[in-house]
Amino acid sequence: MSAMAEKLYRRRRLKNGIALALASAATLFGLFWLVWILWTTLINGVGALKPELFYQMTPPPGSDGGLANAFFGSVLMSLLAIALGTPVGILAGTFLAEYARRSLLGEAIRFVNDILLSAPSIVLGLFVYTLVVKQMGHFSGLAGAITLALIVLPVVVRTTDEMLKLVPSQMREAALSLGVPQWKVTVQVLYRSALPGIVTGVLLALARISGETAPLLFTALNNQFWSVDMGGPMASVPVVVFQYAMSPYDSWHSLAWAGAFMVTVFVLCISLIARAIIARRKVAND
Amino acid sequence: MSTDQALPAGALGAPADAVARRADADRRADRFFRYLVTGAGLFVLAALTGAALSMLWGGRLAFSTFGFEFLTTTDWDAVGKKFGALVPIYGTLVTALIAMLIAVPVSFGIALFLTEVAPPWLRTPVASAIELLAGIPSIIYGMWGLFVFVPVMSTTVIPFLTEHLGPLPIFGPLFQGPPLGIGMLTAGIVLAIMVIPFISSVMREVFLTVPSRLKESAYALGSTTWEVAWNVVLPYTRSAVIGGIFLGLGRALGETMAVTFVLGNAHHLTASLLMPGNSIAATIANEFSEADSEIYLSSLIALGFLLFIVTFIVLAIAKLMLMRLNRNEGNR
Repeated sequence: MSAMAEKLYRRRRLKNGIALALASAATLFGLFWLVWILWTTLINGVGALKPELFYQMTPPPGSDGGLANAFFGSVLMSLLAIALGTPVGILAGTFLAEYARRSLLGEAIRFVNDILLSAPSIVLGLFVYTLVVKQMGHFSGLAGAITLALIVLPVVVRTTDEMLKLVPSQMREAALSLGVPQWKVTVQVLYRSALPGIVTGVLLALARISGETAPLLFTALNNQFWSVDMGGPMASVPVVVFQYAMSPYDSWHSLAWAGAFMVTVFVLCISLIARAIIARRKVAND
Repeated sequence: MSTDQALPAGALGAPADAVARRADADRRADRFFRYLVTGAGLFVLAALTGAALSMLWGGRLAFSTFGFEFLTTTDWDAVGKKFGALVPIYGTLVTALIAMLIAVPVSFGIALFLTEVAPPWLRTPVASAIELLAGIPSIIYGMWGLFVFVPVMSTTVIPFLTEHLGPLPIFGPLFQGPPLGIGMLTAGIVLAIMVIPFISSVMREVFLTVPSRLKESAYALGSTTWEVAWNVVLPYTRSAVIGGIFLGLGRALGETMAVTFVLGNAHHLTASLLMPGNSIAATIANEFSEADSEIYLSSLIALGFLLFIVTFIVLAIAKLMLMRLNRNEGNR
């Protein structure tokens, strides 16, 4: 009897050991890809960095050049997307948290917003294509910015909603009992308290759109030349990286790696800053 | 009476008036603000509905021309103007399935490691590192896949698979073919790497919601860590775990750039996972700028509509499953 119990015990120990070893192996497996991908980007990207990147235009096949117009296009479209998406997102998040916390409409919007958050970005690109590009008759930086704004929107809605929910209701009640109208309570009291969280949301949205490629293919397209005209086609770093990486030319590959490296560094820095803001807030609340 | 007259006319009324006016203005401003935020909220609803309707509208030509055959035929002929979406649909489903087969067990392992196995000081840094994977733009995965991973696949992994799995009776044909490196298996693996952080972070979060008294009771009865994870933690979080898996599936189905790089853009149906294929998203990304006829463009938009519907359903299931855990928590 005790021998059997001993055997069973050993088998359970063994099973446990194997399972936990596999779990550790799975974690190493995940980290392995992270290191491999970042290492590749770093090695190829740093090797391709040069000052010309920032002041020369994207070259025709076979010749040297930089990515200045692509950087400019990316910055311009991302900033416009943030400018368009953030206010609407904050207002919609306010609606969810302050006016429709438990209502059916609120739940429906929250549901749709969560789906929008994970929906394939290519779908949003097609949406803006039929809505804007087809009506205007040509591709444009503006259409690109609108698409990116639609990607910014759900991120900001979600974070605003969650951050406003974290504001203690005593704060609302205290302000309201002084006779302050609700909109002033929201704008001057609640937003102030939720600000770090909302800023984090905007940063995360910025990180997300900086690497977006697919939806820009149908909206902003690409432009080989310097262009400040939002009404016409506009270059962006990810689209240029895509075009150059898929090409057979070595000089284009090297530019693609440089662009990919810059985008990755930018995105990772933004996410780290966002994380730091959240971490500091947690400490302050404790 | 006389005191009234002694006061300047309206001296008492004026503040009352001002207060009333102020209250009126506040009420108007409040109402305006309410309309403003409600409008913004409705805009979110409108964006999703608009996306669906606009693609249905853009794809109407393809749907009305080909009807149901759009889903069941494999022709993709820009010159003959005949389009059937079976190859991209098949490719999307197969690559997503491969991704899930790899990503689900690995993510469960990672979540288990981060909640039960790892020493506490190791948990946060490792979790953050895994989440970094989710932050890397998909185009980087694509470039890495094309320039680094595809050569590895074609020189080592695929010859190995063809040699050892190719002769098998039923699964054999899946692993037969030239070692191109580009193909559905490679795309599936890259997708798996991309969705692992999403699934594992959901699993980790829901594993942390399991009340310690449940786990401690099981430990007190002499359970091993694995038995606690398998018999207590997993049943308690089952619906949310399924939700997390569907969330990852939604990502895998709609992922575009990484797949476009390593899938090969070939429009024929093959049993082999090693052959180039296509997916809905990759077809749209590759061919949109080449679409020179109305029906070609419409077919691509119709593909987008299909993708939207499928991901909508998958993500809706994910969301409902995740909500169920929250409700259960309230009851217990």
